[in-house]
Amino acid sequence: MSRILDPAVRGRRLGAGSRVGLGLAVGWLSLLVLLPLAAVALKATGQGWSSFWVALSSHEAFSAIRLTVLCSIGVSAVNAVMGTIVAWVLVRDDFAGRRTLEVVIDIPFALPTIVAGLVLLSLYGPHGPLGINWYATRPGIVVALLFVTLPFVVRTVEPVLLALDVDVEDAAASLGADRFTTFRRIVLPAIAPAIISGAALAFGRAMGEYGSVVLISGQIQDKTEIASLYIYRQIQDDDLAGAAATATILLVISLIVISLLGAIQGRTARRA
Amino acid sequence: MPEIASATRQRRSGLALRIVSVGYLGVLVVLPLIVVLWRTAQQGIATFAQTVTSPEAVHAFQLTAVVAGSAVVINSIFGVAMALLLARYRFAGKRWLNVLIDLPVSVSPIVVGLALVLVFGWRTGWFGPSLRDVGLKIIFATPGMVLATCFVSLPLVLREVLPVLEEAGLDQDQAAQSLGANTAQRLWRITLPTIGWALAYGVVISIARSIGEFGAVRVVSGNIGGKTQTVTLLVDQHAEQFEPGAYQLSVVLIALAALCIIAISYVRPRGD
Repeated sequence: MSRILDPAVRGRRLGAGSRVGLGLAVGWLSLLVLLPLAAVALKATGQGWSSFWVALSSHEAFSAIRLTVLCSIGVSAVNAVMGTIVAWVLVRDDFAGRRTLEVVIDIPFALPTIVAGLVLLSLYGPHGPLGINWYATRPGIVVALLFVTLPFVVRTVEPVLLALDVDVEDAAASLGADRFTTFRRIVLPAIAPAIISGAALAFGRAMGEYGSVVLISGQIQDKTEIASLYIYRQIQDDDLAGAAATATILLVISLIVISLLGAIQGRTARRA
Repeated sequence: MPEIASATRQRRSGLALRIVSVGYLGVLVVLPLIVVLWRTAQQGIATFAQTVTSPEAVHAFQLTAVVAGSAVVINSIFGVAMALLLARYRFAGKRWLNVLIDLPVSVSPIVVGLALVLVFGWRTGWFGPSLRDVGLKIIFATPGMVLATCFVSLPLVLREVLPVLEEAGLDQDQAAQSLGANTAQRLWRITLPTIGWALAYGVVISIARSIGEFGAVRVVSGNIGGKTQTVTLLVDQHAEQFEPGAYQLSVVLIALAALCIIAISYVRPRGD
């Protein structure tokens, strides 16, 4: 609280130089981000709401958006569980390969998405050494989305677990709680907000993902065409208004789910 | 910090969780990478050298360097300037600006491309036709690809630098000012040393993100071989057309990602 009231922290008034700087920065942000995004929203609604609804009630758009939402929900759920387990092992376990594991978590952020897709296709594609072929199937899409969203939950949960006081867990154990009870009653409430915010990040990323899915999905309409692939096809077909409509609904769903998760996160954080 | 953590770690995690984590990361990340590296090795060093030095590959690498390099420089300047304004000054709309800056990371790359086409497209874009009349081509040309790459990695530098500036406060800067240091001197002698490691970290993750950008660049570039085709676009073309070379180019991108991860692990402890 004192930081907010401290005038030095709140900042000084703009001078002539900083005013020009702010103008340039806001101008650049507007030209690069705000105007283009506004153009998408205007294009989608530009010819009246009716054409917006026509674009959205098309069977192709509906099935692409439904597939995207379902895959993203599944991917967020898997991430919530696996990400927490991986974070737990990274913080609480001690073994020779732990530092390697830590590096592996960074790979999906550093690797180009198209390379991620190619790499996954080489293992889970038609000529993979395991004999699994998920090319042009939904499991293929899910694997690609799991790959690119891997770091989110791990990286949000890790610092919270590190800061957690182990004495409380010891006390619970000494009072006769078994490991699972200790985890459920002591650890989980503390890390739940972090798990949810990591899962929300993963959901947002999965909803818009393109590069890693493009190769493994096979881009089959009505079957493996997720929303970003569908929007790309609309752009190629010069249906910019349709593309804008699909993009807008995608964005709206993302925002709704992310703010819902934000609300749940706020409630669990208060309860903890 | 790691020392304290390992003291409390004490084998609190069961063996089962360790196996689950290692197994999950193994099949999702490590094994697919090994398959690609192994396949590339199988095809021989001669094929590798031939693919990587082919005229279209050389051109793609040059274009990626120009596009990613420009985007990183622009985003670094914007990021530091905006962080300075947000950390040190108070002005109307500051909170809004802080939220808006994060918007680009939650937009699908395909939608980013679409948004830029709607504004800068040379036929029907808002500014496209008038820019074309003065001889400036944005879409289907390098400037559009730089814009797209700037968009997707916009907040990366800023988000690393801002917390460090907020933490450092204004005391040193004001002290230097009262001793007669001008703006340039204060920026060079006070601000840059303060944010140094955070800036380095932000720049490295921006480089990785910019090299890897695919979807947004695919939409705005027109993907013209030998003209507007970056390395990631060339990888996709080789893979989709079943041409040889996708694995070889991917290995180069994997090596670049590995370099970024090494740089990150070198920079990160100092940044904290």
